[in-house]
Amino acid sequence: MKLHYDTETEQLFALLDGEIDHHTSGRVRAELDAAVYAHTPRTLILDFQDVTFMDSSGIGLIMGRYKILRPLGGEIILLRPAPHIKRILRLAGMERLATIRQEVGKEVVQ
Amino acid sequence: MKILNEFRCSFPADSANEGLARATLSAFLIPADPTAQELADLRTVISEAVTNAIVHGYRGREGVVSVCLRMLPDRVVYLRVSDKGCGIPDVSKAMEPLYTTAPEEDRAGLGFAIMQTFTDSLQVRSIPDHGTTLTMRRKLRGHDSGNADG
Repeated sequence: MKLHYDTETEQLFALLDGEIDHHTSGRVRAELDAAVYAHTPRTLILDFQDVTFMDSSGIGLIMGRYKILRPLGGEIILLRPAPHIKRILRLAGMERLATIRQEVGKEVVQ
Repeated sequence: MKILNEFRCSFPADSANEGLARATLSAFLIPADPTAQELADLRTVISEAVTNAIVHGYRGREGVVSVCLRMLPDRVVYLRVSDKGCGIPDVSKAMEPLYTTAPEEDRAGLGFAIMQTFTDSLQVRSIPDHGTTLTMRRKLRGHDSGNADG
């Protein structure tokens, strides 16, 4: 995973990669939370472009970050999920907690 | 029912083996030529089942997870995942969406909902203190989705 924080837009950009399951999500969660608490971002962008697999552990990961960011006034954008990942996001009702987007907005700094 | 092919394996209840279970299933399904979605669905299903056994069946303790994969007639895939862990006292409660016994680990409580959605049938047999067996079936409808029964 690569992390980038843009101080101007207050966006924390996380380029996730590989397979997100119960085994791998713990490390991702620890790294994300360290950055979230360090910067208190206005927006957390989770980029799924390089994610090849995700099960409900990924949903837990998103829900947990939502619970942290929401009281801080932050929002979550789920970027470029593959069709099978989008299906799980929809099944879990993630569009109620976050914005699912296919395009990289011009505000996103990689 | 006639079994066209079968693969059985057992492995320690170590989270690193969740990926191994998915890879094993993918390899088993190659001759059946599933669609990308069928493959993705079934990989998710086995991942959920094996994770349940590790997280909820054994709760971090040592144990063995057993998987049985079968190819049945009419392109029906049979998956069975069993553990000898703590069992589920109330199966219907466990199957409620968002119910989880491990919220502190960011578990979404969606494992059963995903397994039910991505299979044609799901059977749960569980005896407290003896373990749980999940049995699932999913018919591969193939690349010609307009002719589902063909």
